[in-house]
Amino acid sequence: MVHWTAEEKQLITSVWAKLSVEECGAEALARLLIVYPWTQRFFASFGNLSSPTAILGNPMVRAHGKKVLTSFGDAIKNLDNLKGTYSKLSELHCDKLHVDPENFRLLGDILVIVLAAHLTKDFTPACQATWQKLVGVVAHALAHKYH
Amino acid sequence: MLTAEDKKLIQQAWGKLGGAEEEIGAEALWRMFTAYPPTKTYFPHFDMSAGSDQIRGHGKKVVAALGTAIKNIDNLSAALSELSNLHAYNLRVDPPRFSLQFLSQCLQVALATRLGKDYSPEVHSAVDKFMSAVASVLAEKYR
Repeated sequence: MVHWTAEEKQLITSVWAKLSVEECGAEALARLLIVYPWTQRFFASFGNLSSPTAILGNPMVRAHGKKVLTSFGDAIKNLDNLKGTYSKLSELHCDKLHVDPENFRLLGDILVIVLAAHLTKDFTPACQATWQKLVGVVAHALAHKYH
Repeated sequence: MLTAEDKKLIQQAWGKLGGAEEEIGAEALWRMFTAYPPTKTYFPHFDMSAGSDQIRGHGKKVVAALGTAIKNIDNLSAALSELSNLHAYNLRVDPPRFSLQFLSQCLQVALATRLGKDYSPEVHSAVDKFMSAVASVLAEKYR
């Protein structure tokens, strides 16, 4: 089980309170598809992904990004049981979606960059360290049920 | 492969830093040591306290090398040849770490905190590709 200090929990919840889940989720997913274009392979049904502008404006990307980040919110409410929280999603990503868990790490790193761009100097090194830990632990939980 | 557009975006972004390059280098290193403690194993001889002269000095060196790389973006292999030798034969930083993912991530976070929304998806993509290309060149002589 992952141990979180009081300071880490505070850094997580205070950053979370400042975010628009819809905006940041949409942006993080869009950046994943832009910066690592091979990830588009998982979103063939999403329509126009032909350019950064198309991706950023794509309503399916935005909606899905919001869904993904909303699920992060569940993680934050259940920091002491991430494996349990993500058990079903882990099975889904393995058995139905066939997503290589490496992609979770990529998305996590991108989310951290999105936070940095939004929070600018408030995204201190301590903040970043905590969030890198969080995205790493979420990625690990999502990969846990792979077989 | 870095496109002409990527190169332009990188040069523009670097240009927006307005002299803060050295600070960014030190900050990127500090963020890396804070978020990824195992990276400190390569600097046992450093004073690791915040703002230490060694971290500032090393950050300055790293950023200067990246600046040189950006000026010679069409021939990274030649521009970084000495550094490539150094990393392969002397420093021998573990190549996977060295795929610079940690330094690249922390440099990008440092850039994003300064550029805010100017660190657009297109700039992000170009910088990520550039750091990847730099990492490849630096790892060229490992074996």
